[in-house]
Amino acid sequence: MKTFKLGGVHPPENKLSAQAAIEYLPLPKQVTVPIGQHLGAPATPVVKKGDEIKVGQLLAKASGFISANIHSPVSGKVFKIDDVYDSSGYRKPSIIINVEGDEWLENIDQSKDIVKDIKLSNKEIVDKINEMGVVGLGGATFPSFVKLMVPEGKKVEFLVINGVECEPYLTSDHRLMLERGEEMMIGISILMKGLNVDKALIGVENNKPDAIEELKRLAKNFKGIEIHPLKVQYPQGGEKQLIQAITGKEVPSGKLPLEVGCVVNNVGTALAVYEAIQKNKPLIERVVTVTGKSVKKPSNFMVRIGTPVKELIEAAEGLPEDTGKIINGGPMMGKALLNTDVPVVKGTSGILIMPENESKRGETSNCIRCAKCVQVCPMGLEPVYLSKTSKLQMFDKVENERVMDCIECGSCSYTCPANIPLLDFIRFGKNKVGGIIRNRNKK
Amino acid sequence: MNEVIIYAVSSLGVLAIVAAVILYFVAQKFKVFEDPRIDDVEEVLPSANCGGCGYAGCRAFAEAIVKKATLEGFNCPVGGSDVMVDVGKVMGMEAAMAEPQIAVVRCSGSVVNSPAKVKYDGIANCAAAATVFSGEGGCSYGCLGLGDCEVSCDFDAIHINPETMLPEVTANCVACNACIVACPKDIIELRNLGKKERRIFVACVNEEKGAPAKKNCDVACIGCSKCFKVCPFDAIEMKNNRAYIDFEKCKLCRKCEPVCPTNAIHEINFPLRKLKPEGEKPAAKKEAPAKVAVAEKAVPAAKVEKEVKKVEEPIAKKDSDAKENTEKA
Repeated sequence: MKTFKLGGVHPPENKLSAQAAIEYLPLPKQVTVPIGQHLGAPATPVVKKGDEIKVGQLLAKASGFISANIHSPVSGKVFKIDDVYDSSGYRKPSIIINVEGDEWLENIDQSKDIVKDIKLSNKEIVDKINEMGVVGLGGATFPSFVKLMVPEGKKVEFLVINGVECEPYLTSDHRLMLERGEEMMIGISILMKGLNVDKALIGVENNKPDAIEELKRLAKNFKGIEIHPLKVQYPQGGEKQLIQAITGKEVPSGKLPLEVGCVVNNVGTALAVYEAIQKNKPLIERVVTVTGKSVKKPSNFMVRIGTPVKELIEAAEGLPEDTGKIINGGPMMGKALLNTDVPVVKGTSGILIMPENESKRGETSNCIRCAKCVQVCPMGLEPVYLSKTSKLQMFDKVENERVMDCIECGSCSYTCPANIPLLDFIRFGKNKVGGIIRNRNKK
Repeated sequence: MNEVIIYAVSSLGVLAIVAAVILYFVAQKFKVFEDPRIDDVEEVLPSANCGGCGYAGCRAFAEAIVKKATLEGFNCPVGGSDVMVDVGKVMGMEAAMAEPQIAVVRCSGSVVNSPAKVKYDGIANCAAAATVFSGEGGCSYGCLGLGDCEVSCDFDAIHINPETMLPEVTANCVACNACIVACPKDIIELRNLGKKERRIFVACVNEEKGAPAKKNCDVACIGCSKCFKVCPFDAIEMKNNRAYIDFEKCKLCRKCEPVCPTNAIHEINFPLRKLKPEGEKPAAKKEAPAKVAVAEKAVPAAKVEKEVKKVEEPIAKKDSDAKENTEKA
């Protein structure tokens, strides 16, 4: 069974919501749509207070090359454009809309029919994906059209599709593959056409046998799509790890997957691409897993962007009494939420509710130099050294030790027997070094 | 046998002379002239190597002074004007008297004024914490209380008070700038020490509008501009929903402090105001400056205690008076 070569851990999976079919969440009364829901520059609002809007209407226009359009997930009236607390507690500009009915733009195809013919040309596909505000739904929210614009002189060999979902607890991609497999396959074909490649490789961990079977059945009808079952190992969903697991190629330090002729997209993104191209539907909703050991009804919801997290928790039959932390994302890479009023954004893949007894950090003791963190680092870094130098703010050393290669998977912190918050320090160092590099490039 | 020894010694001797001659010429060729005044200037500097002057250390500071041959724009915050006068003597120049400065903490979001709404469970480092969350009290401009300023201070001049979880500046402060650089929230600022070490400043850097600012912290500046209107010297500037007192223009007239509805303006080292008749001013108003006087510790502890007593007594008296009044009613 294939997997990546270096490091990795295997945390308990706890895929509690794996059997819960995707449910459509009822419309909330009010949605909060942040204008910065993607990597890169925040979009510029094009609506103003009091405007009547329909589902799918453009709310904010991308500003800059790496940026994405933002569309209205609901119909109603713009209540106000103001700063709203985001998941880290800082205030970010957002558009708040009072929901009235559910009126969609006429040109969006709301039917359930599956449209198979791909009519658009290569360039039209890229432009349309840009226009519809599609971003990577794996969590990093990188604008998708940028990935399709291959610079001259580079050749793409494979389109790699990420159906790994290696984060414990999360099941949104799993359910999508099971329930929307055919649409996803068409989405993949569109991406292949956009990139001008004839081979797409879907990587799925073999803890989802039903999804692998379903995709294999569907792949028979599509040309050039292969399914690659992979050994269960975290962080296989990292794009560099996935490329290595499937193709055996290694992406050099500081370079993009394009360097080895690959472009990686998430399965959720493939579905969003299908809807954008074939149904004219912008990215206004996504699947979010709501789960946790004491959650009464672990579920997968199809949620409109901007819905407050508390409504999702309510739909999963409420916050359990022993809640210690509510995590935005999975247990390995997610961040704790400060409150549940924050909205679902394009990058929200799951809401994990951790019981009190599991959410506490263990007591930190001294480093015993066991080198476990070095062993498990999938990027071949030395977390112990990086975290020490970051703590001492010796940023030149941190940079020399390739901190920018860290994918923040958390394997080091997870495996450390002394409970040292290695990733916290490394993230701090990475943040600072990133700033230093940006400043240097400006000069 | 003897011949061998003589031969060896003489050949080595010749070699040594040749080498010495070469070394002499090389040394002459590459000789670096160093102004002896650099050493003299360095001698009078405090050797703290804190970097407060803007140079890498005392030696670098001395070199810069000698090279530029002027004292203008040079200031040693640790030594103050005394040291600069000494440096002036060495250089044969008159030193301009620089106003001594002190760091002030522009946040009063203590655990009482801005109670924790969430619990931070990460590493105890402000710079790292600021990248992931805004602060336990909910104010995204406020002090995180994790002590980067305390760690950065080489002079034992700033400490986190475990009761308020806010940093407090002591009289040790030499205005070296280290804590200001260390604070990721840009809360600490250098201000002129002022006459009799008195200073008035807005102890808040919140730029939010009044309602959200006040929601997170009882003593936030709400940008009402009452102080701005009352200032006779144009020393107060309203920008981004907050007031800022320019210490160069401020004449310490104390008109702004009583009008502040949230007690965001702090007075330090001032004599206590005379108590006004009952009902004109709430008791809470009186407490705030006293607390700050304790908090800043810019005056000797005994003096502060005396001051606190001075405040507490009338307050206690006032409280008992109030009680009596209500009882009577």
